[in-house]
Amino acid sequence: MILFLLRRLGVMLLTALCLSLIVFALTNLPANLEKIAKFEGNARMSDAQVESWLEKNGYAQPMLVRYGEWLGALPGWTRTDESGEYGRCVPVGGTIAESPARCGILQGEWGESRVFREDVGPFIATRLALTGKMMFWVMVLMVPMALVIGVLAGMREGSKLDRGLSTLSILTTATPEYVSGVILIAVFASSAFGLKWFKGTATSAMENATFENFFLPVLTIALFGMGYIARMTRASMAEVMTSQYIRTARLKGLHFREIVLKHALRNALIAPFTVIMLQFPWLLNGVVIVETLFNYKGLGWALVQAAGNNDVDLLLGISLVSVVVVLLTQLISDIGYVYLNPRIRIA
Amino acid sequence: MEPLSWGAIAARILLQFLPVWIALAATFGLSWVYRAKLGLYGKLFDNRIGLIGLFLTLFWVYTALAAGLFDWIATHDPLTAVSGMKNKVPGTPLRGAEDGDFPYYLLGGDGLARDVFSRMVAGSWIVVQIAPLATLFAFMAGITLGLPAGYFGGRLDSVLTFAANLILAFPVILLFYLLVTPEIVASGLPAYLSAGLFLLPLVFLGLLINARARTNPRRRWMLLAVMLLPLGWAYLSLISAQGSALDLLPAALDLFDVPGGILVVFVSVIFVNAPTVFRLTRGLTLDLKTRDYVAAAQTRGEGPWYIMLWEILPNARGPLIVDFCLRIGYTTILLGTLGFFGLGLPPDSPDWGTTINAGRKLLSIFPHPAIAPAVALLSLVLGLNLLADGLREESLKD
Repeated sequence: MILFLLRRLGVMLLTALCLSLIVFALTNLPANLEKIAKFEGNARMSDAQVESWLEKNGYAQPMLVRYGEWLGALPGWTRTDESGEYGRCVPVGGTIAESPARCGILQGEWGESRVFREDVGPFIATRLALTGKMMFWVMVLMVPMALVIGVLAGMREGSKLDRGLSTLSILTTATPEYVSGVILIAVFASSAFGLKWFKGTATSAMENATFENFFLPVLTIALFGMGYIARMTRASMAEVMTSQYIRTARLKGLHFREIVLKHALRNALIAPFTVIMLQFPWLLNGVVIVETLFNYKGLGWALVQAAGNNDVDLLLGISLVSVVVVLLTQLISDIGYVYLNPRIRIA
Repeated sequence: MEPLSWGAIAARILLQFLPVWIALAATFGLSWVYRAKLGLYGKLFDNRIGLIGLFLTLFWVYTALAAGLFDWIATHDPLTAVSGMKNKVPGTPLRGAEDGDFPYYLLGGDGLARDVFSRMVAGSWIVVQIAPLATLFAFMAGITLGLPAGYFGGRLDSVLTFAANLILAFPVILLFYLLVTPEIVASGLPAYLSAGLFLLPLVFLGLLINARARTNPRRRWMLLAVMLLPLGWAYLSLISAQGSALDLLPAALDLFDVPGGILVVFVSVIFVNAPTVFRLTRGLTLDLKTRDYVAAAQTRGEGPWYIMLWEILPNARGPLIVDFCLRIGYTTILLGTLGFFGLGLPPDSPDWGTTINAGRKLLSIFPHPAIAPAVALLSLVLGLNLLADGLREESLKD
């Protein structure tokens, strides 16, 4: 088990490294660097001026060296001229001797966002907390709803209830967030239908989340993920209900309710657990759409802003965080599967 | 003129779709008569869910074909604005209508005074052009890589699986943003990606024929030449565009040019879908390669590619067909996502994602420009999902 964990962690680190390298390479193409130079310096710089600006600010080094600097594995660049000492890790007006040699992700320095003029580390932390709040409520709403629908549908396979609930779950998986969000806002928050029950934006929910301003975005994400989990639960429940020990329990004359609650349920919930954890990458996707749609300034919203403005440090930070979240949930789902299902043993 | 009532709007929309109704009636009638001879498709007619799915899917396919090829159904030009029709409610009479103009905006006007109904219909043509083809390419790429990964195992499997997981761990929207930004398009990366991704179907078809006709050299070379020469030409004209990073063919030989934006959209959608198909194929191959008929073929001395493509693949077709239906729906969702973030497709394109994005700005006052494409997308994806569900149920019955 420990070996398995170590190997998985090793693969995880390798994946995170590869992905951050890819994002780094794509955001640091020559054309992007020229844009950065013109943004930081002067929009009407000539090519030679751009060249010298990049030279002065450490962008002229090979891409892999700069990736190492960003990671904190290589010492940051330094430069001394008549006006003072400069460097990646040297604060404005500081000296090279007083500054640390390395400053990167490993040292906790995530760089500065070019669009928001803030340190990326704390910025991402606040956004992550906001998205976490949303995800928590999504889970609270989605998981029980999906499990109940799945268990009710799988309990009597082929019944009218099963048909209805299965079609409902197919309907929710067929509705992407930008469709359900638009329909929900139009029906429950617009003046056109007259039902102004909820608010169409969740900006105020960032400080003060209430049912009125937070329910629609949470429901929008939950609906899309719910159908899939419900169908998995249904399949797993239907399989359990045909197994020998359930038949034995029925032949013993136990109540149907008792069989479902005491005998079938626990075994039927193993498969949905892994599915719920594996839903996280999809939920992250939905978060980006819903945060944009409802103007909720979390991690997904920041991702769109960063990607749209080529905000390199912020984009790298966000992709690193989201990749780690995805990989961690995959790991948890694997471990949880082993614990829940004693028939599977990983050496 | 008076604005139309809701009943009159519904009646006129139904009438507008007349060619689609006729085509649907013909299809269903013929399929019903010959359903006993049509295999899995014929069995679908015993399954109510699958039938509803087929109906919805075919409805949009025929709508797209009628609108895209014959210019029927749509009442106005999807890109032309008519002054005075901005954000008008459904059923508003067209201002300044001349003879020959359709006298109403059936589903109202959008924020730029264009007809919502016509844009919705025109949007279906974009989806039907891109989604099935992109899914097909994703399948060919996924199958070509997934079969050897599952069959040979070992280091090849580890490397390919790692690469697939790498792509799957990437947030899809970030990947889209990275692939479609102008700087990256200018660097030629999507062009190189497309060169690689579009090569895989050729490799797939080549291997398929080669494995089958290997024992008969004359037939083998003839078939390969007949198949691969035109396809190779099409491939080269597809990936090479004048003035872009890949400028391979002289202009005289270049058969067609796909607009750059569409090609990038195509590539990103294939790129996102292929790893999942790869994992599915790999899993199926791992299961099927232990079967007796594979052992029999190995004993006969068949080559590995013959076994993979002519023994394992046909037996894996059930799950692959079901996943194909589901995946077209997912591709449609992805296309909508791209449009929703304004990536790749031109900003006035009538595709559903872009239209939803344009309509959401005034959603709380004028919801109709966003709701029409939203419902259209929902019904198409729902149809594909129901169809996949019906196919799965029927294929499990044997």
